[in-house]
Amino acid sequence: MTVLDVLLGALGLVAAGAGLMVVTTRHVVRAGLWLVVSLGAIAGMYLALAAEMVAWVQVLIYVGAVVVLLLFAVMLTRAPIGPSDDLDRVRWPAVLVGLGAGGSLVALLVRAFRDTYVDATRVDMAGPELMGQMLFSRWVLPFEVLSVLLLAALIGAIVMSRRTPGGEG
Amino acid sequence: MHPVVAYVAAAVLFGIGAYGVTARRNAVLVLMAVELMLNAVNVVLVTADLTVSRDLRTGGAFALFVIVLAAAEIGVALAVVLQLYRTRQTVAVDEVDTEPADEAAPDRVPAEVAR
Repeated sequence: MTVLDVLLGALGLVAAGAGLMVVTTRHVVRAGLWLVVSLGAIAGMYLALAAEMVAWVQVLIYVGAVVVLLLFAVMLTRAPIGPSDDLDRVRWPAVLVGLGAGGSLVALLVRAFRDTYVDATRVDMAGPELMGQMLFSRWVLPFEVLSVLLLAALIGAIVMSRRTPGGEG
Repeated sequence: MHPVVAYVAAAVLFGIGAYGVTARRNAVLVLMAVELMLNAVNVVLVTADLTVSRDLRTGGAFALFVIVLAAAEIGVALAVVLQLYRTRQTVAVDEVDTEPADEAAPDRVPAEVAR
């Protein structure tokens, strides 16, 4: 056990605990706020895993934009402010699905990587410079395709949210 | 560093997200659970970067792509959810009827008046 292992374990615990609060809390708004905690802990995991650029993009886009969008949606659909009891369906099939997916993945990954060890001091931090070189040399085609996809999503969202779908709007 | 720690954390997060997608009725909460699952995938990608392809940083680039895809997905999905709320007055995913929107028009009138 190294310091990095302990750090990753602690951040993973925070992320999983906050994630559990997201899917079990009875307050809709608090679910969004717990999501911030979970995503922030995951950004910390990225930093510990030497992916600095991914960590800051996570903070900017997920914590900064996606959570704000989700909270806007919560308000625009007039979600109840206080606790509400009708947020969940019957729980046992969901528990079965969650335990099945999570448990089998844990078993698979533990079996595959139980003895793997990486010397973290020999790995460069993937900052903006390194990631930029990778993105604009090897991955430049998917990068450009993604920009087209973002444009399509933007237009799609605008068309969807017009007041009369298919009409003059 | 033992990558198995990060892998296990990601697998647990994915399980929690899968539970949330299946259990929640509110469409916005379902979307939050989907975000948890996407983040679990990202953690696996970044960890695999260290264990499998240490020099190329493929996992990091893919994680960035997944984040962009998630941003696009959340934008379109929220437009769908808001349109659903506007026409059906509900965001509960198990209460959505499948009849055409025209037949649900009486539901829409009060909302237009209220606005």
